Amino acid sequence: MRWMWIDNFAEFESGARAVGVKNVTAAEEHLHDAFAGYPLLPPSLMIEGMAQTAGVLVGEARGFKENVILAKVRRAEFEDYAVPGDQLRYEATIESIDDLAAMTSGVVYKNGQRMGSVDLLFSHVGKSGSAMGLPDHNFVFAENFMSLLSTYRVGQSR
Amino acid sequence: MAMNRDDVFAKVRDVLVEALGVDDDEVTEDATLQGDLGAESIDFLDIVFRLEKSFSIKIPRGELFPDDVINNPDYVENGRLTRAGLEQLKKSMPHADFSAFEANPDISRMPELFTVNTIVKFVQDKLKAA
Repeated sequence: MRWMWIDNFAEFESGARAVGVKNVTAAEEHLHDAFAGYPLLPPSLMIEGMAQTAGVLVGEARGFKENVILAKVRRAEFEDYAVPGDQLRYEATIESIDDLAAMTSGVVYKNGQRMGSVDLLFSHVGKSGSAMGLPDHNFVFAENFMSLLSTYRVGQSR
Repeated sequence: MAMNRDDVFAKVRDVLVEALGVDDDEVTEDATLQGDLGAESIDFLDIVFRLEKSFSIKIPRGELFPDDVINNPDYVENGRLTRAGLEQLKKSMPHADFSAFEANPDISRMPELFTVNTIVKFVQDKLKAA
């Protein structure tokens, strides 16, 4: 299974904001762990969906020249839950970005209705990451995430 | 309208409660960010960002939490700040209270300089200069 918790980008404004779309399906194994007989998308995976949306946004803003690591979930609040058949939109906005880190704010929508907010802090790890035991090559923006962006851009040019 | 010290303290307390997930009453004047409030290195970035938003100020990297002294071999010897290192740190952190630290400037004690009071003083100085 690929660890991709957004299906595509609905909007992408380089350096500013992005909207990732997630279609919740009954075919996903993780949903059936919580709860048996009543599958729903765990909030932790909605945080991950927002992290993937915001992470690509932050990485692209700096030309993917370093790894972007989720360092802190600053806030995560949900007023509802998502079940198979729901469509989620993760709207991420860059609040600040520099050589060391980036802060993003985010709103989660379920079927067009606001259902939560997730604010994140990312660290930028370049070659110095090897001092922390991290690989110094790009291990974050692999084919999975890059294909999301290229699919969006192909769609835009049609 | 100018903010008085109590107002600044209240907003700093709100920032620390949000950033560190602590209760209001844990954020006392002398509470240390790491020792008492459990802050980790990544939290320092978050605190700076939240202070900027809360007070509409800009805090350049290294101004509130300087790291230039501890990383300079001229200023550290056998795990303690040299006299020059201590003087430089005082210049970098005019908002901190060194009275307890300077008697024994062991670098492992540096986190004791980062108290709630340190942040309140820093913000007050920033607001005055604005």
